[in-house]
Formats: sequence, structure tokens, C-alpha cells
Amino acid sequence: MKRTVLLLALTLMVWAIQPASAASRDYITIVGSSTLYPFSTVVAEQFGRATRFKTPKIESTGSGGGMKLFCAGVGVEHPDITNSSRRIKKSELDSCHSNGVFHVVEVKVGYDGIAIANSKESTHMSLTRKDIFLALAKHVPKPDGSQTLVLNPHETWQDVNPTLPDLKIEVLGPPPTSGTRDAFVELAMEAGCEQIDWIKAMDDRDRKATCRTMREDGAYVEAGENDNLIVQKLESNPNALGIFGFSFLDQNADKVQGSLVDGVAPEFEEIASGAYPVSRSLYFYVKGAHVGSVPGIAEFLAEWAREGTWGDEGYLTDKGLIPMPAGERDEFAAAIRNLTNLKL
Amino acid sequence: MNNRGGADMPVDTTQIIKRTLARRYRREARFRRMGLFAVVLGLAFLSLLLFSIVSKGYTAFWQTFVLMDVHLDAGVIDPEGTLDQEVMFAADYGGMIKASLRDTFPEVTQRREKRDLYRLVSSGAGFYLREEVLQNPDAIGKTIQIWVPADDDVDMLMKGHFDRDKPEEDRRIKDQQIAWVDRLVDQNRIELRFNTTFFTAGDSREPELAGIWAAVCGSFFTLVITLLLAFTMGVATAVYLEEFTPKNRWTDLIEVNINNLAAVPSIVYGLLGLAVFINFFGLPRSVPLVGGLVLALMTLPTIIIASRAALKSVPPSIRDAALGVGASKTEMVFHHVLPQAMPGMLTGTIIGMAQALGESAPLLMIGMVAFIADAPGGFTDPSTVLPVQIYLWADSPERAFVERTSAAIMILLAFLFSMNGLAVLLRKRFERRW
Repeated sequence: MKRTVLLLALTLMVWAIQPASAASRDYITIVGSSTLYPFSTVVAEQFGRATRFKTPKIESTGSGGGMKLFCAGVGVEHPDITNSSRRIKKSELDSCHSNGVFHVVEVKVGYDGIAIANSKESTHMSLTRKDIFLALAKHVPKPDGSQTLVLNPHETWQDVNPTLPDLKIEVLGPPPTSGTRDAFVELAMEAGCEQIDWIKAMDDRDRKATCRTMREDGAYVEAGENDNLIVQKLESNPNALGIFGFSFLDQNADKVQGSLVDGVAPEFEEIASGAYPVSRSLYFYVKGAHVGSVPGIAEFLAEWAREGTWGDEGYLTDKGLIPMPAGERDEFAAAIRNLTNLKL
Repeated sequence: MNNRGGADMPVDTTQIIKRTLARRYRREARFRRMGLFAVVLGLAFLSLLLFSIVSKGYTAFWQTFVLMDVHLDAGVIDPEGTLDQEVMFAADYGGMIKASLRDTFPEVTQRREKRDLYRLVSSGAGFYLREEVLQNPDAIGKTIQIWVPADDDVDMLMKGHFDRDKPEEDRRIKDQQIAWVDRLVDQNRIELRFNTTFFTAGDSREPELAGIWAAVCGSFFTLVITLLLAFTMGVATAVYLEEFTPKNRWTDLIEVNINNLAAVPSIVYGLLGLAVFINFFGLPRSVPLVGGLVLALMTLPTIIIASRAALKSVPPSIRDAALGVGASKTEMVFHHVLPQAMPGMLTGTIIGMAQALGESAPLLMIGMVAFIADAPGGFTDPSTVLPVQIYLWADSPERAFVERTSAAIMILLAFLFSMNGLAVLLRKRFERRW
């Protein structure tokens, strides 16, 4: 019995210590995009090892979830940095401002390509964005050429485009919560969809609904956020195509091959030069008010902006990040030095 | 069949039995075969699981190391000669490793080739060198030999996970790099050694530097909180409900609800923890304190149910005897019933703890699924736990994490087996049957 009382007292003590440690924080907290997570963690680790500061804590919450946490307010209970695989929206910045987060620094870190890949044992595909739209959208123009939308009737890639192989359409890709999905829909589906003139001429709402809705009859399979799993499934099913980030293609080059999109291969140089159409910019946003109050933020940002980190031959390129051209790097390095406040 | 009561045929029970006997035997044999089949199937799946984990993971306990001759240039490490820790800490050790690689392979001169050469050893090799120098500052100015971890791609090659016969562009490792590795092998400068890093380091994005220590510490702190709360509250609840409350509609309602709670999916407790502990009480995210609270809520019903069963199994004669010699009700419970029920309660608690150790879903909500490299030093340091570490590694693109994921699963299973084994042992040793 005495022991039980002692244990209870101990528990209470732990509670009592709590407020003291919540009032200050000696490590950086980062939230946001799962696409940036592999890069951000590498920089954080390097920073943690090379300096006396603690290694930043990084949670992968998705771009949108990260913004919500980031914009919730100023203070140690809120994160210092959020990663995003897209630019911050005006509405998100407004919500930041209304919660007292007035000083937001935008830093672009590089580019990421989205690969559409299949097993090496299968035929190497060469797709156009229009093919991708016709194969994966829920509603597509009637194949007879009339200007009406029908439920997607295409069963094989050959149905979509006679030059493509006679393979069943089976694509594994990310679920709607993923930033990769958003980018894929915007960069591949929507761009392909707008190549059809009469759809482009539709009013905004109808066009978006047509271009952005993926088919739900089993041809597009939501395979979860785990890109490794998609790669494994491609290996066991040579007929399937998978959609995932370039870094996973890079790491598994012996198992899967990236399809050409509009005649361009998903390769390092092509994405860096902007020739590969399905690529996007990656950003992170820093809370200006926390610089100085949470130790190490300025030094962590400096670690990012080194040539050895995000430069042409920096360690992030080994992890699959496509670096920005030198001019852009200088621009954002300056933003980091001056903590330039973002205006939209 | 139904000629019972027929006047012309005598009722012959033995005949009926004889007629149906064969069928009854068959039925019994069939049932036994089905039972045996179920057991064998279960065991087959278990051994398949264990086999796939062990066969994928056992190589992770070894790691490829490269022996390097590094000249510790005093001008780089400690230019002033003050032996100041901060100065020595900040020196460019990575550069010294690169210089040593260039000395070993002097024919490499082109920029691109050099980059490939540097990739033979881990990007963390410089930090190994730094530790060595900080511990032995006397070595500054001399050339030392040091084993540093090889890069994960070289490690995979040495362990045979990369196929040398594939065309160069299909491999992560280039022909030139393989030639260098082979030369190192010839010079006995590369070997597989026991992977201590795996047990002593925290999480890392470089597979060769990653370890489970931070996750083990996080699991420990989390489980301490869980144990303190769930055991004390669980036992108190069970004793009160079993020994003190009258049996009425209210206690029935409470009992039904406790049984319901035991069946609530664990993610729901995570949401509860996020809403109550983090958003309402303002506790920090990602800390073992909150994780422990959430897991305590989750295991509480299990412990209460097991404890009540243990109390029920203590025969009423013991209670009557204690009361008969004049003990008060509290004395009767704490001096006589509780000690008899304790082994059963502990068994229930250990099984609950094992459940909590393997849980990751509720921790997702409270921010414990995160990249946390430093081992936590207390209940309010950010940390992760073993199952979460496994999940994070399984999601990493680097190939070398596949074996490390399986190795971490083996460690977790070892913990779970020993906890469950302890529960069985306790039951065997101390449980009394009346």
C-alpha cells in the first residue's frame, strides 16, 4: 500500500514538472509535407550532428495539415517550420495572420519529379499527359469524337491511344490526402485534360470537376502513402504502373523504370531543367517570431542554404532532390539571411 | 429411425447405438482433424512470418566497415594548439576522410569520379573520426587507423543484396565503385563487423548510422507512465468494484462500459489524447508523458477485467475467515484477498503492457510518429517508440532500411516474447488453485 502511494506521488511529481518544461523548448519543431520529409530529416540530422544544438523534431503531417498546425499561433507549443510540397495559399496565409503569425519566411528548396513507373520486366511506356488523363479520369470524352462526357470506357492502354501496348490499365497511386496526388492531378491530369479544346472552354467549376476526378472502377488503385509498398507491388505485378516521387525511382532503379511523359524521361537533368512536365517546387515556411526565441533556427536555416546541402552536388541530391538553378538559390539564401516576410 | 413406441418392434437401444456409432466416431475424428488443421495452419503462418522477418533481417546485425589511414592535421583540427573542445568539435573531419580516400586511390582525379569515391564511406564517417579525436587529443598531428562505416550501398553490395551481373545503369552502385570495393577487400581494408551502432544510436536517415536506442528509451519512458497509471488505477478500480460496491443496476452499467472500452479501437484513444491532453491541458506534442497517458487509458480496461477475474477466483472462505477473526473489510481485502489475487493481476498487467508496447496507431495522433534522432532523457523530451520506428523505416526509400526494419521487428518481438513469457512464468509459479 505504501508503495502504491509512493508511485502515485511520483506520477503527480511528473505532472508538476510539466509546466516548467513546456514554457521553453530547446529543439526546433518541424511539421508538414511527406514529400519533403526525407530531405528535411537529412538536413536536420546533419545539423544535429555537426552542431551542439539538438536535432530538430520532424513530423510528417502532409502539406495541408502542416499549414494548419503552423498557422495556429506563435509560441513554443506551435511548430517553428512547416514543409510544403506546394506554395502556401492566400487563404492559409490569411489564417496565419489572423492567429498572430505575421512574420512568415518563404524558402524554396528545390524540385521534385513525379514518376509514372512500371516493373523493368514490362514494356517501357511512353505516355502523353493526354493519355494519362484519358486513362485515369472518371469521365472522358466519348471515344466516337462527339463532345459529350461518358464514364471512362477505356480498359487497356491501347483503347486510350493505339500506339500504346495492349495492357490492362492498372495504376497504383497515392490517396487524396497526399501532396503527391494533388500535384499529380494538377500537373498531369489537368494539363492533359486541357489539351482537349472543348473541355478547356467549359466553365471553371465543370472543367475542374472533369479534369480532377479520378476513376473509381478499379483501374486506379489508391495504394496508400507508402511509396515503398507501391514499388514492391509493381515488382510482383508487371502489368501495373505506379505513381510516386522521383527519390523512390532513383533508389529503385534496378527494379522499376520511369515512363516517358510527353517524350521526356523522369531523369535528374530533365527535371532540373524543367523539361519533364510532371514536376513541382518544394518549399518550407519559417515562423519569423520564433527565430531567436527557439535556439538554433538561424543556424538550421544556414545549414539548408549551404552549397554542400542544396547545391548542384550537395548531399540532398544524393537523396533525390532536384536542385534549383544557382540564381534561384542565391535569391532564397538572401531570403533566409534577411528573413524576408512573405507577401502574397 | 423413429420406431420408438411402435408396439410391434421392441425398442433396442443397443441396436440404435450400434447403428449410429460409426457416424459418431467419424464426427469426432473429423472434429479432431479440423482442430489439428487449425493449429497447424496457425503455426505455419507464424513460422512463415518469423522466417520472412529473420531471413530478411539477420544481416542487419552486421555492418560493413572500412579501415582508413587518416592524417589528423593539427592545422585543421586545432590551429591554435589550445586543445579547446569547441574548436576541435567544429573542425572539418569529413574533409580529412575525403583526403584519406584520395590518398588510398591516388589515380582518381576527376571531379565526378571523386564524388563517386567519397560515396564509398558513410557521410557520417567524419563524426566517428571526431569522437575518436575528442577522446584522444594526443593523436592530433599523427596518422591514425580508424574503422568507419561504409556507405549503405557498399554495405548492400558486400552483403550480396545488389546483383553485380546486372547492367551498370540498373544498379545503385557503379562498376568503378565495385572495382574500388574489390581492391579494398584485397587489401583487407573492408570487413563485416558486429553492428553496435544499431543498438546504441538513435534514428538516422543514413541506414548505416541508424539505431533503435532512442526508440527503446522512448518505449521505456512511455511504458513507465503507462504502468504507473494503468496498474494503480486498474487495481484500485477492480478492488473497489469487486469487493466494496453493492451489486445493482449502476455497477452493471459500469461493468458493461468497461467491457466496451476494452473493445474500442486504439486510434480512438489517440484522438482522445490529442483533444484532452494536448489541446485542452496544453501538454507538449510527441512526448512519452502524453504517449503513456494515452496508452494507460487503452490498457486500463484490460487490467481491470483481468484483476476482477483474479479477485473472483479467491475463494469466499478466505474472506469469511478473515472477517470471522475480526478483520475490518479493508484489512480483509488488503491483507488476505489482494495478495492471493496479485499473481493474476500482474499477469493481466504484463499482457496489457505488451499490448501497449506494440501499439503505434494512437501515437500517430499525438505526434510521436516523427523523425527524432536524439534519445530522450526524460518524460517530456520528444521521443518515438519501437513500433513507430519500424513504421518509419519501412517507409524509407533507402534499400538498406529493409533489413533494418526486419531487425527492429525482431527486437520488438523479443521484448514481447519475454514479457509474455514472464506472464506465463508468474502464473505458473505463484497462481494457486483452490
